[in-house]
Amino acid sequence: MSIKVRYFASLKESVGRGEDECHTTFPMPVQAVWQQLNPELAMPETLLIAVNMNYVKHDAMVEDGDELAFFPPVTGG
Amino acid sequence: MQIKLCEQVFNPWQEIEQYQASLTHLAGKYGATGVFVGSMRDFNQGDDVTSMYLEHYPGMTEKQLQQIVEQAQLQWSLLDSLVIHRIGEVNPPDVLVLVAVWSAHRGDAFDASRYIMEQLKSRAPFWKKETLVSGQHRWVEKNTTGYQQESR
Repeated sequence: MSIKVRYFASLKESVGRGEDECHTTFPMPVQAVWQQLNPELAMPETLLIAVNMNYVKHDAMVEDGDELAFFPPVTGG
Repeated sequence: MQIKLCEQVFNPWQEIEQYQASLTHLAGKYGATGVFVGSMRDFNQGDDVTSMYLEHYPGMTEKQLQQIVEQAQLQWSLLDSLVIHRIGEVNPPDVLVLVAVWSAHRGDAFDASRYIMEQLKSRAPFWKKETLVSGQHRWVEKNTTGYQQESR
């Protein structure tokens, strides 16, 4: 089982991928997921984070089966 | 309530007319229709822009828009609401976004449409990538400040 991780817009270009999978058997802070998947890249301060399509703070926890998304500030409208 | 993401050019006035025609149960109940239409400019930050690609997060976009409209309905007396937003390739002067709300009185219509629009700009997961006249592509990095900031 795993956490599905998604990246959007300019962030997708800078990490070079749209999706990742993070294997875990216990809840993890989103920052730890980021570090595990992007060890070379510091998590941008302005980054927005969503778990299961709801906004969460940078210290939120994710668990098996969750969809975690990282993206830059939104610019719709 | 209706929320739509649209890959093609749409006519906001036709959409309002069609949607309002479906609100037969509200005929005579609304005294105000608040409408905001946002269109694509051919300039941004001092540069000429020829087109734009609107990326979005399928599923989350609809979910956030739904929550924003529900929040507006809790805060103001709205009878119905319609939100349409373009996705994919957009060219000036295409319409990018339509927000329409129906209420008994104008105050609710003015305030709720402004609120929905400002929340959409700060919370709905859309991202604009512009193509400039020079052929260069760039991501728009930040939207204008939201409702709370502007009203101060």
